[in-house]
Amino acid sequence: MASFLNTLIFGIYPYIALAVLALGSIIRYDREPYTWRSGSSQLLRRRQLVMGSVLFHVGVLIVFFGHLVGLLTPIQLFDLVGISHGFKQIMAIVVGGVAGGFAIIGATMLAHRRLFDPRIRATSSFGDNAIIVLLWLQLALGLATIPLSLGHLDGNEMVTFMSWAQGIFTFDFAASSYIAGAHPIFKAHLFLGLTIFLVFPFTRLVHMLSVPLRYFWRPGYQIVRSKRAAAE
Amino acid sequence: MSQLLDRLNFFSSKSQGEFADGHGVTTGEDRSWEESYRKRWQHDKIVRSTHGANCTGSCSWKIYVKGGIVTWETQQTDYPRTRPDLPNHEPRGCSRGASYSWYLYSGNRVKYPLVRGRLLKLWREARAVRTPVAAWASIVEDPKKRAAYTKKRGLGGFVRAKWEEVNEIIAAANAYTAKTYGPDRVIGFSPIPAMSMVSYAAGSRYLSLLGGVCMSFYDWYCDLPPASPQTWGEQTDVPESADWYNAGFLMIWGSNVPQTRTPDAHFYTEVRYKGTKSVVVSPDYSEASKFADLWLHPKQGTDAALAMAMGHVILREFHLDRQADYFEVYARRYTDMPMLVRLTKKDGHYVPERLLRASDLDGKLGQENNPDWKTLAIDETSDGIVAPQGSVGFRWGEQGKWNLEEKDAEGRDVKLRLSQILDKDHDDVVDVGFPYFGNREHDHFKGTDHPDVLLRRVPVKALKTTEGEALVATVFDLFVANYGLDRGLGGQHVAKSFDENVPYTPAWAEAITGVPADHIVTVAREFAGNAEKTNGRSMVILGAGLNHWYHMDMNYRGIINLLVMCGCVGQSGGGWSHYVGQEKLRPQTGWLPLAFGLDWARPPRHMNSTSFFYAHTDQWRYESLGVEEILSPTAPEGPWDGALIDYNIRAERMGWLPSAPQLQTNPLEVAKAAAAAGKDPKDYVVEQLKSGELKMSCEDPDNPANWPRNMFVWRSNLLGSSGKGHEYFLKHLLGTSHGVLGKDLGEDASENGAQKPQEAVWHDEAPQGKLDLLVTLDFRMSTTCVYSDIVLPTATWYEKNDLNTSDMHPFIHPLTSAADPAWECRSDWDIYKGIAKKFSEVAPEVLGVEKDVVTVPILHDTPAEIAQAMDVKDWKKGEIDPIPGRTMPQIAVVERDYPNLYKRFTALGPLMNKLGNGGKGISWNTEHEVDGLAKLNGVVVEEGPTKGMPRIETDIDATEVILMLAPETNGEVAVKAWEALGKATGRDHTHLAVPKEDEKIRFRDVVAQPRKIISSPTWSGIESEKVCYNAGYTNVHELIPWRTLTGRQQLYQDHLWMRAFGEGFCVYRPPIDTKTVNPVIKSKDNGNPQVVLNFITPHQKWGIHSTYTDNLLMLTLNRGGPVVWISETDARKAGIKDNDWVEAYNTNGALTARAVVSQRMHEGTIFMYHAQEKIVNTPGSEMTGQRGGIHNSVTRAVLKPTHMIGGYAQQSYGFNYYGTVGSNRDEFVIVRKMDKVDWLERPAQDGQDSFSGEAAE
Repeated sequence: MASFLNTLIFGIYPYIALAVLALGSIIRYDREPYTWRSGSSQLLRRRQLVMGSVLFHVGVLIVFFGHLVGLLTPIQLFDLVGISHGFKQIMAIVVGGVAGGFAIIGATMLAHRRLFDPRIRATSSFGDNAIIVLLWLQLALGLATIPLSLGHLDGNEMVTFMSWAQGIFTFDFAASSYIAGAHPIFKAHLFLGLTIFLVFPFTRLVHMLSVPLRYFWRPGYQIVRSKRAAAE
Repeated sequence: MSQLLDRLNFFSSKSQGEFADGHGVTTGEDRSWEESYRKRWQHDKIVRSTHGANCTGSCSWKIYVKGGIVTWETQQTDYPRTRPDLPNHEPRGCSRGASYSWYLYSGNRVKYPLVRGRLLKLWREARAVRTPVAAWASIVEDPKKRAAYTKKRGLGGFVRAKWEEVNEIIAAANAYTAKTYGPDRVIGFSPIPAMSMVSYAAGSRYLSLLGGVCMSFYDWYCDLPPASPQTWGEQTDVPESADWYNAGFLMIWGSNVPQTRTPDAHFYTEVRYKGTKSVVVSPDYSEASKFADLWLHPKQGTDAALAMAMGHVILREFHLDRQADYFEVYARRYTDMPMLVRLTKKDGHYVPERLLRASDLDGKLGQENNPDWKTLAIDETSDGIVAPQGSVGFRWGEQGKWNLEEKDAEGRDVKLRLSQILDKDHDDVVDVGFPYFGNREHDHFKGTDHPDVLLRRVPVKALKTTEGEALVATVFDLFVANYGLDRGLGGQHVAKSFDENVPYTPAWAEAITGVPADHIVTVAREFAGNAEKTNGRSMVILGAGLNHWYHMDMNYRGIINLLVMCGCVGQSGGGWSHYVGQEKLRPQTGWLPLAFGLDWARPPRHMNSTSFFYAHTDQWRYESLGVEEILSPTAPEGPWDGALIDYNIRAERMGWLPSAPQLQTNPLEVAKAAAAAGKDPKDYVVEQLKSGELKMSCEDPDNPANWPRNMFVWRSNLLGSSGKGHEYFLKHLLGTSHGVLGKDLGEDASENGAQKPQEAVWHDEAPQGKLDLLVTLDFRMSTTCVYSDIVLPTATWYEKNDLNTSDMHPFIHPLTSAADPAWECRSDWDIYKGIAKKFSEVAPEVLGVEKDVVTVPILHDTPAEIAQAMDVKDWKKGEIDPIPGRTMPQIAVVERDYPNLYKRFTALGPLMNKLGNGGKGISWNTEHEVDGLAKLNGVVVEEGPTKGMPRIETDIDATEVILMLAPETNGEVAVKAWEALGKATGRDHTHLAVPKEDEKIRFRDVVAQPRKIISSPTWSGIESEKVCYNAGYTNVHELIPWRTLTGRQQLYQDHLWMRAFGEGFCVYRPPIDTKTVNPVIKSKDNGNPQVVLNFITPHQKWGIHSTYTDNLLMLTLNRGGPVVWISETDARKAGIKDNDWVEAYNTNGALTARAVVSQRMHEGTIFMYHAQEKIVNTPGSEMTGQRGGIHNSVTRAVLKPTHMIGGYAQQSYGFNYYGTVGSNRDEFVIVRKMDKVDWLERPAQDGQDSFSGEAAE
């Protein structure tokens, strides 16, 4: 039974979550383009927002890209460059710990503001409230893994997670078995992470996909859109 | 095809070229997203409409409709152009108007007919076993059943009902009331017809056919300036706003143009660019103040003192030390200044008495027709006494001499003598006493210690009259003496220099008003200097800031005097511009027959609301102002006793003011009794009144036989806005929970020896709940709706067809239906038509064709207006016989065909052909127009009494009736009207309309574009391509007399009551003491410090006029609920911080609001913008335990006897024209921070449960 659950959650659920993430986002982008927004509440109240939002976004971006690079880069690449597993583990703990700390302070402020400021509360949807709570929990779980990681600084545990993550993307059907023995806190963290993928298209998180990065390298200051295209 | 796929175009080149050195690029990216923005502003159609209940703007708006839904509105910009040297009228509109479409689909919309649940239950039970009228009788005749719903008014409990059912309840109630008490117990209140005249006419036509009473509004709102009828015999006539552009010197006095006349304010801005100087007089730093070259801020309520001091300067520099030619010629021809006034002895000196009349001289100067009403002057060329043409005596009973040509009654050329100052022109110089009120004690207003009577030396001539030798002086000489100017005749209380402290020098005014004397001198000098150079192009825009005081006449006459001294009235770019609720019903004479059913029966029943509400909300029972407090020390001998209500009763009895209800006995029964006695109803009524068998209702307003029983309110928020003495309305008229904190005279008499009235019958137990039924028509759930028994959902201003005019511009404008009324709403026309139909079905149960005895006051502009020339005699006291239309009201008998009321409602009746049409004292044949309407609207084809008559089926039919009959919109009628006037004046005026004789404006013409109206004798200005509309223009340029006693601008008011109350000439009178603070100031301490402030209720920025304060968009702009404004100093004293909840209270009641603490405010005053709804964000009062209160919770109407005068030329009653006014600015309130803000969000206490529990049964 335990093995079945493990397979369900870490072997099958990831595909469901990722499929919903991808298809859901595409459909929403296509069908509901005007809901595709960050839903900022800055107009209603600036209090707590600037500090909370900056701390949260800086922290969470570092953590997110840390996870992305850390989990999905083939281990051979690290070995080739000569980054030891132990060093990688310590880097993950230090950088992740500091950034995670920023993020959770920010998330605490944002969650407090969202739930306890009457004006913000009154204009928040269930999704708005739920996602900040989920993110806060996920950050808390992530930080809770630090003491565990300190127990195996050799980085082997980390490599297991890399194998699992890469296994999912390479359709390795045994992937879930790699982490069958991981500590429940890790497992909870993984499960919640997948869940956040799952709900992603239904929340304001979609604004992640529309960061106007092109502004940094777009040419010209005055953009004229040709008429011909509009007539189509 | 797909938002995503379309963007996956990484391989195609984005750039289609560069420009501006690479700083710009052209791209070919997808632009379909732009469609959504384009669609956002796409619409199916645009309809022209405007905002129709209380805004003077009459602005043209585009109403956008999309999918059958009104979406938004924007300003129209297609007015007809003006002439080259004048800016165009547009853009017109303001943010309030732009937010109106919010109402249509808002939560505040009344969507279905609503009835008080308890009433509906009683009705259904009764109706199951009874006929309609009997069912209604069974409810209201059972005190318990009646109280079951009347005591719950304002406490919720509405349920939906069907139109059929509510119409039946209303019809049954009206029929029962007409049968049981008389049709004059059915009352209707609706204001300002100009803003949606068909909607107004719908209700008033129903009421008039029924015999019900239409209530006035302009006087009740205190927007009527009584000084206007007193001076000009004219309700209010003012320049259009474009005429501001012609002014050379513009004063804005107690008016806040950019805030309350937003669409017109551009002319004010533009004329300043032209170089016109502007002085703004306003105690607070108003929005208008920032336009000023000089901002004067007198203490509130002392404006008359300021105006008098300016007059002092102008008289000194332009009339006495040097005579400006233009001013002198103007004064001689267009004012009463050359007229002679008799002087009488009192207390060892003389006082001015009445104007000398032809009948005072032996031989009456040969005048057989109305010698009592022909005033006299001295002709300089012959040195003899003459009766100049144009006085009111020439207006009636003869033709051709009622004009302002410089001729006497015999047609000889004359030059009237203004002053007898030269030694050769006077026989003597005597001391004449003028009253001084500025020395009276007031807790909050400074005075000076000059004596009660100021003696000044006046040159006089001795004359032999029928009563022996009499001294006479010219109005001019008395006028100058009144201003305290030294003319080298010696004596006290006159000033040689402006620095002496003598009433009314600038130095004296500085002490009273706080305005530096040198500012007063400068402004007066420049004002008059400009007028002299430009022949009168000095203008004063004045408003509510002056007119809402008890002594508003003094504020106004002080300013009018300035304008008349400088020859500004009737001159383009000059004159007075009073813009307070004076919305002008331009096609008035076309509208009157439709509105008051004059095509079926004349006269209609009208009532002046101030006196009505004063009596019937029992505000008189709390009167704190004694007559002795306002009586003049120079008052002629007389029994000046009694209370204010007694004066009103005398006025009604003498036919000066109207009455409603009229007689204590049902007028339908009176007619029957007269017939039974075999007497003419008129004689019968006179006889019965004289014997005391028949009583007038006014003498006993608390007797159940005299209560108003049914009331309709439409186009109005009577209980949330205009109802002065709001808490008294709740207590006595409605009989529900209220916040009155003071004691009535009965309770007060036993404790403090207060005097009860003499003539009004006193009932120890005051009635609570006089109304059986209150019906309100509205599109939004206003405060009035909340207190009503039945609420009928009406069409908004974008859902009906109607007409709208303003005095701010010369166009006639439509309201057009952009969408059908939403939900179950109906237009006012359809609602009243529906009630009329149901009434005709229900009425035969108790009513048939009835004879109704109607009393009519002595009306202005009718031959009766010259009633008692020399004295005031009361028939009740046996001083004179009761003569209808002369010493008592006129008596008329009118036939009511109740079963055919609906048929009459929907057809133009036969009297238009029989009696013709007219107005303001002239009439003309209108057969051709009736014929035209029959062809245009079609005729009634159904069998019955109306077969073959022109139809008035729809609201558009109704607009066509107005447009066809009115001279302003039918050139042919205009020519007829000017011809009719020409007969009276003996001059040809038709040249003003002949060029437009073929012009006929129809409803669809004004829908296409607003149309400029045609000049008509109804108004004193002309519509022309050369000058802007300006009041008094035809008086000055066509020599048509003003409709006053002398036919000239009347600066001396010689009626006995005017002299008794010290207002023969304009004087400064400090605000009255309403005594509402001290009895309650210590009654309930809440631990916070208190301040006492003068309560001022200006027009506001975020509501009224084109929208209301419950509009979410407006609420969002200003704190979302009730606010009051106080100064920083007062806030500090009371420990109040900005946005604190405060309570303001006095004996009248209490209100709660947030405080706006602002540097704008003058210390000692509190502003509460009027008409902030009680229904939005208003907590409970700590004083009363009731929810908040509105601005009128702390006010009470106080009547002024001089406004009751009637039967005296210009001082004769006219509906909304003359009469008592509901002033409210002399009131003081106690203000303190609230200790506990209680939202009363709990079930009502015992006995106050809402209907919800029972509704669930």
